[in-house]
Amino acid sequence: MLHRRHFLSFAGIGAGTLLVAPHMALAAVETERRFVFIIQRGAADGLNIVVPYADPAYASLRGALAIDPAAAIRLDGTFALHPALKETAGMFAQKQAMFVHAVASPYRDRSHFDGQNVLETGGTQAYQVKDGWLNRLVTMLPKARDTAIAIAPTVPAALRGPMQVTSYAPSGLPTPSDDLMLRVGQLYAQDSQLHPAWAAALDARQLADGSGAKQDPASLGRLTASFLTKPHGPRIAMLETGGWDTHSGQEGRLANQLKALDSLLAALRDGLGPVWNQTTVLVATEFGRTAAANGTGGTDHGTGSVAWVLGGAVKGGRVIADWPGLANNQLYENRDLRPTAALDALIAGLAAESLGLDPDRVARRLFPLAGSPRPLTGLVGALPGVA
Amino acid sequence: MPLSTELSPAAIALNRFGLGATPAPLPGDPRQWLTAQFDRFETTPPAFAALPDARAMLTAYQEQQRELRKQAPPPAPGSPMPPGKTPEQKLARRDFGQDVRALYGQAVQARTQSALTTPAPFVERMVHFWSNHFCVSADDIPVTAFAGAFERDAIRPHVLGRFEDMVLAVERHPAMLMYLNQNQSIGPNSPAALRAQQRGGNPRKQGLNENLAREIMELHTLGVRSGYTQADVTEFARAMTGWTIGGPNDDAPGDFAFHPQQHEPGTRMVLGKAYAQQGMDQARAVMADFAHAPATATHVATKLARHFAGDNPPPPMVTRLANVFQTTRGDLPSLYKALIESPEAWQPQPLKAKTPWEWTVSALRALGRNEPGALQMAAIQQQLGQPVWKPGSPAGWDDTAASWIAPDALMRRVEFAQRLVAPLASQIDARRLAPQVLPGALTPAAQEQIAHAETPASALALMLVSPDFLRR
Repeated sequence: MLHRRHFLSFAGIGAGTLLVAPHMALAAVETERRFVFIIQRGAADGLNIVVPYADPAYASLRGALAIDPAAAIRLDGTFALHPALKETAGMFAQKQAMFVHAVASPYRDRSHFDGQNVLETGGTQAYQVKDGWLNRLVTMLPKARDTAIAIAPTVPAALRGPMQVTSYAPSGLPTPSDDLMLRVGQLYAQDSQLHPAWAAALDARQLADGSGAKQDPASLGRLTASFLTKPHGPRIAMLETGGWDTHSGQEGRLANQLKALDSLLAALRDGLGPVWNQTTVLVATEFGRTAAANGTGGTDHGTGSVAWVLGGAVKGGRVIADWPGLANNQLYENRDLRPTAALDALIAGLAAESLGLDPDRVARRLFPLAGSPRPLTGLVGALPGVA
Repeated sequence: MPLSTELSPAAIALNRFGLGATPAPLPGDPRQWLTAQFDRFETTPPAFAALPDARAMLTAYQEQQRELRKQAPPPAPGSPMPPGKTPEQKLARRDFGQDVRALYGQAVQARTQSALTTPAPFVERMVHFWSNHFCVSADDIPVTAFAGAFERDAIRPHVLGRFEDMVLAVERHPAMLMYLNQNQSIGPNSPAALRAQQRGGNPRKQGLNENLAREIMELHTLGVRSGYTQADVTEFARAMTGWTIGGPNDDAPGDFAFHPQQHEPGTRMVLGKAYAQQGMDQARAVMADFAHAPATATHVATKLARHFAGDNPPPPMVTRLANVFQTTRGDLPSLYKALIESPEAWQPQPLKAKTPWEWTVSALRALGRNEPGALQMAAIQQQLGQPVWKPGSPAGWDDTAASWIAPDALMRRVEFAQRLVAPLASQIDARRLAPQVLPGALTPAAQEQIAHAETPASALALMLVSPDFLRR
């Protein structure tokens, strides 16, 4: 039985197309630790990803959309994982994955774009902070020789800021002639906007040399891994996934999304090889979805959702939740999963422990306006090479 | 050689307001050239008119699927055949998908054709602006089928009309009704829902979907953080129930229909005002009030000013445009005139980074192309990072440099520029063309690189990716 206001953590029981925009952004820093942030744009449905099957209200709220506990993968006495997440379940069983449930950023309205802005900038309101928390995190690490690099047509808000970050995505177009490349470089040399972008693009091309040009989830996972394992390559990466806004036809759509994310994560882990033990992956979304199914086989914009933490060194195999309950009077505004954990606190603690930084300092730097949330710690075990 | 790096008024009219200069002679009076376009705009250019009818395609397909379902053998006991999985049904779905993708490609070509040959490039730019403001995203087959028709039938006829009429046309269009799930939203206390409950149906299967209602308020009219609450969204969603797409028994299958039996009965309270109208007029009345609200005027004025006067729109200009919007009750030509009269939009430095669409269209126009020909614009825009009518979210494409001047995007343009000019390099001298399409706007550095390029092709590609050409 679950008790509200108790911080619960449950020990584990041991054992398509994601519409992933081919968007990946990376930052190079002088560290052997890796940190990957995967954003789920569109408000992913936490209640059908990590299913609170033991909550008596779940099945009736979700009706036909409820995940059948018999088909789901049991995580503990309260939660089960969506059946499409087979690889993730395997990582959970090996204590390399965990979930933080009923979590939310400080944002409490239901606009995707404002919600994503708060999640990415680390402000308390949309458009209050100009640069992204991931960029501020890069500034806390020793700078690498090469400038930061990115894999995406554009740089996502979380990575925008004073630190140079580049972008890269597989191209289907022929390579320009040397003369053209040279003259373009000269033409942009005096342009404060174009010059850094061009220099970063040249770096990215060099790093990506020989990597595949496919854009399916597993290839993107491998491509990310190939960047993160280059000797002087980037150590921080961001991947953007879309397609989570399941207002209708949720059952099949969410299953496909999760299958794709699952294979991306597995490919990333496999591609990293031994480096997986120095890598932490955070998966988070701007907010959750309504506790009840809507009238059209889906769910509408909500509040609390679930965050995923994966990696070779994470203290996984558990679901961290101060479960608020799904009874009507327990819901936020009588409709959404009530947030009981702060995403800011999770991000601050996780990033700090993963990169060997002081959690309180990270919290102050990344979330200065949130009153420096008390970081959630004890998430990552000692890393190789760390005292 | 004059050291002029100040954009000439002609360059601003052609490149910032229009879709890019062509090798044709420059306009005499730039402002007059812009306003005169209001009379020259072609609402439905031939390429758009010639598109196959998406509605007919979809209804024929649905009819076919209904027939196939009837013929499908009953599932074997123990192994239920999921609906739509017989070989015939799968084949029909595949064919339909192919037809729709072909239609989408043809519609993108029509849009390009129109952008290359329009006698009114400024008005055409406004079509693209509104199409993005009220965007659908062609992420599934049905919306993909209607994407071109949406711009042709909901945006183009109203680009020189009233904002309110455009709102109404957009929210009634099947592409929008499907994209934001309005076609499935049913009033929980509507006759249809009550009847279903009496029959013992699952009440959750018949209910409200607030997606379109929210985005109308947040994105199409009032703007986010303009003071409405979740309760306002829900009330407006209730008012909108019944707005849907006609089925086989409706007068116009596949087109907008109002189904009174799905409409939530009762008076609605939205933003403190009671709407006692019954039926379709209720949501229409709310929308009309949204269209004329001061918050909408500011929202629209801000986006317009950002599109012409820079990523950080000058507040006095926003205020002026919002006032014109308010006093003329959303008369769009008046708004465009106010834009043309705004000194902030005529600053002689480049104010905007071109999006991939703007850049490709301006490149084709500069090279004197008057048809896309064999260039598959849908694939090109996909490669350049801005697939047409697929922004992936109802907010549309972002309109700031930070979204478009990124390392990979830049590299992609250089790659594409080289491919684009390859067949033309022997016919076009970049040294002569560059000052013509960038009148007074070509920096000496760009001139020099163009003049000293290794090959005519390199010179021409350099012109297209020069900082002067990447911005407007």
